[in-house]
Amino acid sequence: MVSNFPAIADAAPEVTPSSAAVISVQNVVHRYENRTALNGVSFDVRPAELFGLLGPNGSGKTTLFRILSTLMLPTAGRATIMGYDAAQEPARVRRQIGVVFQAQSVDLKLTAYENLWHQGHLYGLRGPALKTRIYEILSRVGLADRAKELVEKFSGGMQRRIELAKGLLHHPGVLLLDEPTTGLDPGARRDLWQYLQTLRDEEHVSVLVTTHLMEEAERCDRLAIMNEGNLVALGTPEELKSEIGGDVVLLDAAHDAGLLAERIRAKFHVETTVLENQVRIERESAHRFVTEVVEAFPGEIEALSVSKPALEDVFIRRTGHKFWSEENDAQSSAEDHSRR
Amino acid sequence: MLLPAFTLWWREIVRFYRQKSRVIGVLASPLVFWVVIGSGFGTSFRSGGGQGQQNYLDYFYPGALIMIVLFTSIFAMMSLIEDRKEGFLLSVMVAPVPRSAIVLGKVLGGTTLSAIQGMIFLIFAPFAGIHLEPLQILLVAIVVFLVSFALTALGFAIAWPMDSTQAFHGIINLFLIPLWLLSGAMFPLSRASGWIRVVMYMNPLTYGVEALRALLYPGMETPFPLASSMATLLLFSLVMFGLAFLMANRRTTRPAA
Repeated sequence: MVSNFPAIADAAPEVTPSSAAVISVQNVVHRYENRTALNGVSFDVRPAELFGLLGPNGSGKTTLFRILSTLMLPTAGRATIMGYDAAQEPARVRRQIGVVFQAQSVDLKLTAYENLWHQGHLYGLRGPALKTRIYEILSRVGLADRAKELVEKFSGGMQRRIELAKGLLHHPGVLLLDEPTTGLDPGARRDLWQYLQTLRDEEHVSVLVTTHLMEEAERCDRLAIMNEGNLVALGTPEELKSEIGGDVVLLDAAHDAGLLAERIRAKFHVETTVLENQVRIERESAHRFVTEVVEAFPGEIEALSVSKPALEDVFIRRTGHKFWSEENDAQSSAEDHSRR
Repeated sequence: MLLPAFTLWWREIVRFYRQKSRVIGVLASPLVFWVVIGSGFGTSFRSGGGQGQQNYLDYFYPGALIMIVLFTSIFAMMSLIEDRKEGFLLSVMVAPVPRSAIVLGKVLGGTTLSAIQGMIFLIFAPFAGIHLEPLQILLVAIVVFLVSFALTALGFAIAWPMDSTQAFHGIINLFLIPLWLLSGAMFPLSRASGWIRVVMYMNPLTYGVEALRALLYPGMETPFPLASSMATLLLFSLVMFGLAFLMANRRTTRPAA
């Protein structure tokens, strides 16, 4: 098992800010009344990079998002954007960033144009320059012909596009998006990601986007994978997947998965992970291995699958459990609760 | 600071007139209020005046105006709770806008609506035996504006940390009604005794009611000169604005929304 990037969870936190970093998160800790949401997280986002923050609900990514967008102070540690401390110099940070929230922030009682007109004023834009910019950004998101319509008449996807237009109106160098594709159909989702890539390539905007979807994470230049307030992996999707040696084999145990795993381990000298009623094994030349296992344990295996490593496998390898679990959901509802 | 404040104020006004039921409420409630008070109270109390030559309905008029302003001002800031719930407030809070501009824009928005409503109520002044000169109307408008501004700012400060309109209602009912009852709206300062009188002197609304009374009934004796009442209202407005600003300017380790 060759790992071509440092094991973040074990390494001492990196606290020297890299001058090239657009966003620098340095050993950030956050505690709500009774729960630690961030447990010393550090990473950098580079210029013109599409950076993903991947984690299940309750992993701490929304907490980190709030800290980066200057809406909340961290309990400890430091987060900087373009060199400005989000806790100490919020006014400077706010001028650098465009923010797209998971919650809807457009005013439904205003037209698309009015929403952006209002937003522009908040950023000191005005007059004919603002008007030109509004139509420019509306055509970028494909809604220029609907400018004068009330946003409440728009579909969910169109409302999301107005959200995005709001975040981009003032030409921010850094764009922060919290689960931007929530509630979008697959087509609209693809469009949004394409647009983020265009922004990165043509306008050199650095983008940080949180997501709980593997397909979306795959499209990022680099990823930080979070679990229970810890950074569990950091790197490009390819780097992360390449740490998995060979293929991934999943066996559905007919009886006790733990017992089956133990017997496989003893017989084949491989590492196994037990996930509910499944046994998971990383193995090169898995097709041959699978035949041997099935022959060795007749009647013990109900179903099996062999696949190329995916990001979920990285997550399982680093945390020892599945991306989605009841534990995570319980935590996320606790987080929702603490927000009340 | 002025552009963001202006745009927030503008949004409040646009949102208001796009919701026709709110427009009707604002325009019609003073009317309904006065018709009910006038026909009910009027016949029951008109004979038993006891205020020198003034009957009770006339006495009650300034207090009724303040009451309308009070409710509209405070409840206008329920929109702050809605903005927070809907996420709109988040996008304002991450913009490079001083918190004072956010407070000013929202508060002026609420103030405008409530002052308009208060001034509409002035239409009924002749029925309370009041005939106003232009200068009086201007001074009344200033008093109404100051009272509206102070109360809207108070509403802002109360609404800022709240996440449900129900909680807001609870708090408001707890002390707004007493605030109004002890402002000289229902019974005069001179008739109050003991601690009630002290509370009335400390109640900023008292100065609003008395300033209006001094303006609307120039001949009548009032406990305070008009100038000192208006100065008190100005001070009250500034203090409430400061309070709202302090609430909005806090940054904590708790989620902003």
